[in-house]
Amino acid sequence: MLKIERKDYEALRQHGGETYPHECCGVLLGEMNGENRRVTSIARCSNTRTDSPRNRYHIDPRELVRIQREGRERGEDIVGFYHSHPDHPARWSATDLAEAHWFGCSYVITSVEKGKAAITNSFELAGSDEGDKKLLDETIEVTQTET
Amino acid sequence: MTKIHIPTPLRQYAGKQLTVEVQAGTVAEALSGLVSKHPDLRRHLYTEDGRLRSFVNVYLNDEDVRYLQKEATAIKDSDTISIVPSIAGGRGN
Repeated sequence: MLKIERKDYEALRQHGGETYPHECCGVLLGEMNGENRRVTSIARCSNTRTDSPRNRYHIDPRELVRIQREGRERGEDIVGFYHSHPDHPARWSATDLAEAHWFGCSYVITSVEKGKAAITNSFELAGSDEGDKKLLDETIEVTQTET
Repeated sequence: MTKIHIPTPLRQYAGKQLTVEVQAGTVAEALSGLVSKHPDLRRHLYTEDGRLRSFVNVYLNDEDVRYLQKEATAIKDSDTISIVPSIAGGRGN
């Protein structure tokens, strides 16, 4: 299960609307808790696939190193990633699976239809190695921001 | 000692540690020291013929070692190494 506050949930969906018709991407930070992940912040990233941004995304590892370091300073871990599918279902593709390597993390996908975020789904990368990896549907629990 | 930051998906193979410290003079020695301490990491970092997997990015501080001297890159005690699996994907067709 992925737990995320509404403000972060809406922010990652909005990101996809802003970058439409291109795919957006970003990092989910928070804590791992057994089979669950709790998001405490998100970090927008640039999509380096400027050659094919409508159907591909890639996050520069250098950006990830920075995000990871800043997260560490706040006591946060990388618990997953998000990206959008412009005018395409919020389901993982063969490309998504082939390029997924962060086992135990969540991969959140938002379908963006004509510039508006539609459905958001999350998948956990399960398996023990590249040979048996799979993306499994997981529940997203959207919580109200505590005041 | 050089600190190696272990990414979330690999910690289960590194005794659940966030970082591992090794004594090494190069990136190759550091990674070798890492997999010596935690042999289960080897297959996740390296192919069967001993090459670093293409989706495994190794950073020395803020620099990708591919653009330095690769695994021959010299390191100092104050340096940190980050192992960063690639993030990519997309709807495809």
